[in-house]
Amino acid sequence: MADKTELQYTAEHEWVLVEGTTATVGITEYAADKLGDVVFVDLPAVGSTVASGAIVGEIESTKSVGELFAPVNGTVLEANQAVVNTPELVNSDPFGEGWLIKVTFESLPALLTFDEYSALVAE
Amino acid sequence: MAGTFGLEERFADRHIGTDDESQAAMLAVVGYDTVEHMVEAAVPESIAVEPIKNSRIPAPATERQALAELRVLGGHNTVRRSMIGLGYYDTITPAVIKRNVLENPSWYTAYTPYQPEISQGRLEALINFQTMISDLTGLSTANASMLDEGTAVVEGMLLARRASKSASHAFIIDADALPQTKALLVNRAAAVGIELVELPLASTSPSDLPDSFGVFVQYPGASGNLWDPTAVIAAVKEKGGLAVAAADLLALTLVKSPGELGADVAVGTSQRFGVPMGFGGPHAGYMAVRAGLERQLPGRLVGVSQDADGHPAYRLSLQVREQHIRREKATSNICTAQVLLAVMASMYAVYHGPIGLRRIANRVHQKALAFALALKDGGFELESDEFFDTLRVRVPGKADAILAAAIEKNITLYRVDADTVGISFDEASTVDLLDDNLHADLSGVFGLDTDKFFVSMAALPDALVRETEYLTHPVFNTHRSETSMMRYLKYLADKDYALDRGMIPLGSCTMKLNAATEMESITWPEFANIHPFAPAADVEGYLVLISNLEGWLAEVTGYDSVSLQPNAGSQGELAGLLAIRGYHLSRGDTHRTVCLIPSSAHGTNAASAVLAGMKVVVVATDELGNVDVDDLKAKIELHAENLAALMITYPSTHGVYEHEVATICRLVHEAGGQVYVDGANLNALLGYARFGDFGGDVSHLNLHKTFCIPHGGGGPGVGPVAAKAHLAPFLPGHPMAQASQHPAFDMYTGRAGDVVHGGGPVSAAPYGSPSILPISWAYVRMMGAEGLKAATGAAVLAANYVAARLRDHYPVLYAGDNGLVAHECILDLRPLTAATGVSVDDVAKRLIDYGFHAPTMSFPVAGTLMVEPTESEDLVEIDRFIDAMIAIKREADDTAAGRWPADDNPLHGAPHTARAVIVGEWDHAYTREEAVYPMSALIRAKYWPPVRRIDNAYGDRNLVCACPPIEAFAE
Repeated sequence: MADKTELQYTAEHEWVLVEGTTATVGITEYAADKLGDVVFVDLPAVGSTVASGAIVGEIESTKSVGELFAPVNGTVLEANQAVVNTPELVNSDPFGEGWLIKVTFESLPALLTFDEYSALVAE
Repeated sequence: MAGTFGLEERFADRHIGTDDESQAAMLAVVGYDTVEHMVEAAVPESIAVEPIKNSRIPAPATERQALAELRVLGGHNTVRRSMIGLGYYDTITPAVIKRNVLENPSWYTAYTPYQPEISQGRLEALINFQTMISDLTGLSTANASMLDEGTAVVEGMLLARRASKSASHAFIIDADALPQTKALLVNRAAAVGIELVELPLASTSPSDLPDSFGVFVQYPGASGNLWDPTAVIAAVKEKGGLAVAAADLLALTLVKSPGELGADVAVGTSQRFGVPMGFGGPHAGYMAVRAGLERQLPGRLVGVSQDADGHPAYRLSLQVREQHIRREKATSNICTAQVLLAVMASMYAVYHGPIGLRRIANRVHQKALAFALALKDGGFELESDEFFDTLRVRVPGKADAILAAAIEKNITLYRVDADTVGISFDEASTVDLLDDNLHADLSGVFGLDTDKFFVSMAALPDALVRETEYLTHPVFNTHRSETSMMRYLKYLADKDYALDRGMIPLGSCTMKLNAATEMESITWPEFANIHPFAPAADVEGYLVLISNLEGWLAEVTGYDSVSLQPNAGSQGELAGLLAIRGYHLSRGDTHRTVCLIPSSAHGTNAASAVLAGMKVVVVATDELGNVDVDDLKAKIELHAENLAALMITYPSTHGVYEHEVATICRLVHEAGGQVYVDGANLNALLGYARFGDFGGDVSHLNLHKTFCIPHGGGGPGVGPVAAKAHLAPFLPGHPMAQASQHPAFDMYTGRAGDVVHGGGPVSAAPYGSPSILPISWAYVRMMGAEGLKAATGAAVLAANYVAARLRDHYPVLYAGDNGLVAHECILDLRPLTAATGVSVDDVAKRLIDYGFHAPTMSFPVAGTLMVEPTESEDLVEIDRFIDAMIAIKREADDTAAGRWPADDNPLHGAPHTARAVIVGEWDHAYTREEAVYPMSALIRAKYWPPVRRIDNAYGDRNLVCACPPIEAFAE
């Protein structure tokens, strides 16, 4: 599991781990708890291009259907097949095994720090 | 009003559950002296109406009188051998299914299976339906039915657009599709920016097909032509499109399935599987999809999960994808099915089995073939020599004469044009009655030698002969004897909780009495065995009944014209919004596309608005659940130029008479918008206020709520749309309607009305689902205007009595003027959950142990229960419910106080099956008696749920939507 304080965040309750030009994306524990039991995850195809802010996938729980937004412009490098096969990983390990996609990007938009995101959720 | 028995027997006294004495006791608790005073205090003065002078609603008839009048109306319908075809076929309803399903309140008074633990019987019947559709169509997953074939094709088109990767906005449709389907496609495609390209696909080279996101083929074609669309389908899919095939289920027992032909989606109707034509409906449409498209399916889908003990159990799957959660992002606005009719069709397949169905199909095919050979022998030319059951005969210049000759023989044929007639054979045409010989009669009509008879064994194209198996599951191969069938139906019905067991206090659903007299006439042949495109002269009784109902509904809602065509509330909404769209377009206001919807609205409102081509803008609601007038003003100002409509529910979805409704309507009108009033809660208003009077321009009503059509376990529904005169020309019309004017017969003038509904159709049949309209007709006829008003009063009193008695135990979330609610009340369980950990689910499931169907859960507010007792429940039943709720509150408090652990108490363990408390060791912190007999009255009459609490997540993660193998139930 990644160190939550080291990650960056979006207002759509996604976390982003930046390593070089690759961003690993998942949803936060807060989002996973709000969704409840995740039953299905639909992720973009590897190689597809995504635009920051666009809807690129779905996270479906027994209570609602959440949308996966691309946090950066880029190309999908990897989609987590483990989550597709075992959607409950999003609940049990949102910051680790429950990651969703890896995207290669050229430039990084402004994202939230851990403190900023924590403040947002606390509201 | 109720209960004052005079010499005359009054139906209102049977329909309304509380008599004068009970109402007096209830009023004392609520704090009013009369029902009238209580409702006057609740309904804002600004919208209250005076009694209507010169009411068109006649003085109430008794039950016997109403049936006598229906007999007269039925006598003006003429039952003939219908050979019109076009998706509607005469069929023989097995009597065991008619008596034990269609005429059995255990099936027809149940609600949509939202509480799966008490709905296992019809969920099993529906999974049989899904398995039947999946097998016959050769596609992996079928849903629990669609509203009709035409709307199913529209949904197929919309699904193709969602799932296709093609950038094209074009959808290719087969010229040989059913005419009503084409008309629906044209109407619906226009609203959402889809371009239709109509081509004669059987004679078009696949390489000539344009780019598209999908193609629609009719299989066999509307002309009867049986052709192989494999190459067309492959060509469209090659370019990224999806293929939708409308297929005839009976034909599929003999010919290759859509799945084998490469289709992604199959749609159609199951009408000819034992469901009477009923002048157009209701019947169960169907939709099936290939693997990978399951999550794109609109409507209801039944799946297999497991209960708390790990036993298999059925439930509705993927519900969160529906509009009540996803709102304007929903896949579709379809939020119901045709459960009762789907159950009938599935049982027809259970009873006949694969061999019996194939035998019926072969008989139909051979009848058609024999007559085709006779025609050719007589020198007639057929449009196609390859067909299943339908022939197109060239009769240059003689079509009208032949149709007239056929009527002489009591046969109706289809007039394609002046030179062509269509003849469709069906199950009923395989049986000759008395001296009535169909082959001889038809031969006479065409001037053929009646003594010649031709037999041939095969006219199906070799390439299309079906070789794959279907209906191999044991359920389709077991119940061959009537005894076995009767017992299977009883076995399933016994698992379910319907109104014949007790109260179903579902808020916003209005689970009132569906009286036996109201139901009586729907199976009479004069209403049941009528083709939707029968000649006008054959359906005069229906047209008068429909005209009466249109007039009565217009009067009670304050509108000028009514269309009964929409076959669900959602379709009524769509029709109303399309009327608003048509109105704005007619004035050149093409930019008026913004639809304001309060955040408290039912999700279907938003989904319907999107399908009417509108853009949804949400208006805030205040802490009392009312529309925030300041936010409304701000949103109107922001969108004034583009404002199309406001959709508002009245009384609100919170069950409150909003005080400001007249102001809200005025603000919208001043900005050039139209007001859509959602009539879902009309049961709280009838006789006291009218939508049209306080500012509504158009509304839909739910005849399956306020006007007694039974819920059928999740359909049928009827959602008439009512409008002011300026919108009436844009209400749904139909190219094949027997009368273009509304009403078709004005009971005052004795002539046709002068309003023509000029909008496109929203249902496959011109009058939607007419065979169940006698139910609402009989209700109004027997209640009279006074009775309808008394029912409203009793319903509002019952809700306020429940609120008053439960308020000390559960906070009542919203109230309007003078602290009164409308016809339903919201019990807030969130404080209880915070204090005790007991959830809404726990309380809902615990109610099952107490012998009740839960109220509506978490709508319109999460963490609450919405209770609607309706006027039909008597005080004893209402008190029994209140006592159960109070006892459950005590159990929750006891749990919080430490009597039982949080994870081992009667609420957490609910519901309890007999097996759970009898078999094996009992190692819980509470006793077996506390589990299943929490009140001593239950010992005399106990409903035993067949399964324990069902695991929702398991079912959605492991999606199985067909009959599980028998071994799944092995111990």
